[in-house]
Amino acid sequence: MAPLLSIRDLKTYFYTEAGVARSVDGVSFDIGQGETVGIVGESGCGKSVTALSILRLIQPPGRIEPGSRIEFEGKDLVTLGDEEMRHIRGNRISMIFQEPMSALNPVFSVGDQVAEVARIHAGLSKRKAFDRAVETLALTGMPAPEERAKQYPHQLSGGMRQRVLIAMALIMKPALVIADEPTTALDVTIQAQILDLLVHLQKEFGTSILMITHDLGVIAETTSRVIVMYAGEVVEEASVDELFAHPHHPYTEGLIHSMPHIGHDQERLNVIPGTVPAPTNWPHGCRFRERCPYSWDLPEREHPPLYDVGVNHTSRCHLAIEPERRNQPHPPLVVVEGVGAA
Amino acid sequence: MLRYLSRRLAQAAVIVAFVAAISFALIHLAPGDPFSAIMDNPNVSETVRQTLRAQYGFDRPLPEQFVRYIGRLAHGDLGWSFSHDRTVVEVLGSALPNTLLLMGVALIGSFALGIFVALVQVARRESVTDHALSGVTLVLFSMPDFWFAILVLLVFTYWIPIFPVGGAVDPVTHEYMTLGARIADRLRHLVLPALTLTVLAVGTVARYQRAALIDVLPADYIRTARLKGLTERDILRRHALRNALLPVISLIGLSFPALLTGAFFIEKIFAWPGMGLAVVNAIGTRDYPLVVGGVIIGSIMVTLGSLLADMLYAWADPRLRGH
Repeated sequence: MAPLLSIRDLKTYFYTEAGVARSVDGVSFDIGQGETVGIVGESGCGKSVTALSILRLIQPPGRIEPGSRIEFEGKDLVTLGDEEMRHIRGNRISMIFQEPMSALNPVFSVGDQVAEVARIHAGLSKRKAFDRAVETLALTGMPAPEERAKQYPHQLSGGMRQRVLIAMALIMKPALVIADEPTTALDVTIQAQILDLLVHLQKEFGTSILMITHDLGVIAETTSRVIVMYAGEVVEEASVDELFAHPHHPYTEGLIHSMPHIGHDQERLNVIPGTVPAPTNWPHGCRFRERCPYSWDLPEREHPPLYDVGVNHTSRCHLAIEPERRNQPHPPLVVVEGVGAA
Repeated sequence: MLRYLSRRLAQAAVIVAFVAAISFALIHLAPGDPFSAIMDNPNVSETVRQTLRAQYGFDRPLPEQFVRYIGRLAHGDLGWSFSHDRTVVEVLGSALPNTLLLMGVALIGSFALGIFVALVQVARRESVTDHALSGVTLVLFSMPDFWFAILVLLVFTYWIPIFPVGGAVDPVTHEYMTLGARIADRLRHLVLPALTLTVLAVGTVARYQRAALIDVLPADYIRTARLKGLTERDILRRHALRNALLPVISLIGLSFPALLTGAFFIEKIFAWPGMGLAVVNAIGTRDYPLVVGGVIIGSIMVTLGSLLADMLYAWADPRLRGH
């Protein structure tokens, strides 16, 4: 069966005064029907831009470069007409943002904001759309949905606002929901509730989910397959179990090691030294080499391809051809603390 | 809400009292008095003038005159207009509807047109249309009222004489017209002063509204609207405009003084029989009670206008509703 979404060589560049920012630089991956896929990476690695590219919500000076392909339900979203693209947004593909306060319009009731989606795409009357919005809010576990629907965003708590955004994303039962850091702005207990809700709704509707996060805990709890992004590229892809058991790319290793562990007596958290370089000026060769404990002359000369390192497991690291070097870690060649992200 | 309203009304009363005191003092400090014109007649003696001054109480010390004036004001008595030989209340009462008509038309016209222009600009932002309209609104914004009014008068009554030169109705034939013709006559006279005042205010509104729209466009909820599959047109007109209207509503309150002073100039130039014309003429004849009465009514209009704008703002923004 063909995947629901198939992205090939996606390049999204921003033409800024500081130069061309290659924020997403040749990304390829698939999402199957009903599958939950996670994208993980630091701020600035291109994960959010990838999500916005799928919905073609990239604003100038950014643009999706010619040659990129985003196939969804048999259509190429990169070349699709604006009108047809509008029928996909909110209807077949929807998105949940990380800022539940600012993502809602302060001057409309939340019920109207959810109902608006059904009015555009299902052509429902105002009354019917509102009823549908109340039903969908009830599905998200919103307490007293009838009354809450008539209220304005500022009258709701953060968790309730996130439920409103989820209702907005699910009211048309889309084939794909993109969740961009859906729990970052919430406190821990609400985070767990929202994640449970997403998993539950995904099972109920058979919706595919693309979960974008910097939090490996969220990935472990919700997804079946993980894509690790670094500096605008996919650097590793594997099933969740495989990735946590046998991380291959040094960046993935670093991410896993920097997770805090309860019960371990740690004075300090492990961190990956340095920061993501500026997207206007990716280093040549391996883009991670300046922060890498294994770097040698090959990554300096040659940009690594995606190597097959296991069953459905790929990694963009030259260690795939010289695995014995893993036994000789050394401090990273250049530690650029706080520099380079500017 | 009721407490807020009564507090605001009390503030307004204090402001009006200050305005009354200042305008009272200023006009009395100006040389001459209501009887100066009579004194130009060599046959009127100084004794007659002194008698008149004593009769109307102008010989008393200024503070005493003011206290008496405030006492009468509390009873709704604004005094006697010497130049019109009627009470000030009567003079302003017949002039006020004309001023309100002119200001009302200009207020609605300038906001409707200004918001429309801003929407057109923002829909095509950074295009030639946008820049051209920005240029036009800047010119309108910076143009002096009186100069533009005289220019309009020159163009539409002299070069292309299609509108009457002044007044609110035709002074000769209006009395003999049918009802329909009377209304048409009034409208014909209203066009130039109302248009002038509207065009003068449009620049400010359009520039304000454009900036407010551009301010809200990067907001996350606009991205949400795009994500829902709304057209750019609906995003702008529903989601962006509804938020960007809020600062423009407060502009309504701020534009009241400008509209009122604008109306004063324009009434004088188009001989529009409103409050402005009455007060400007009263300054020339040192008709103290009419000047002070006009300024007080004007200050009441401005304070009520800003109160109204604030209430409209509170109603339009759900975050303020019920506070």
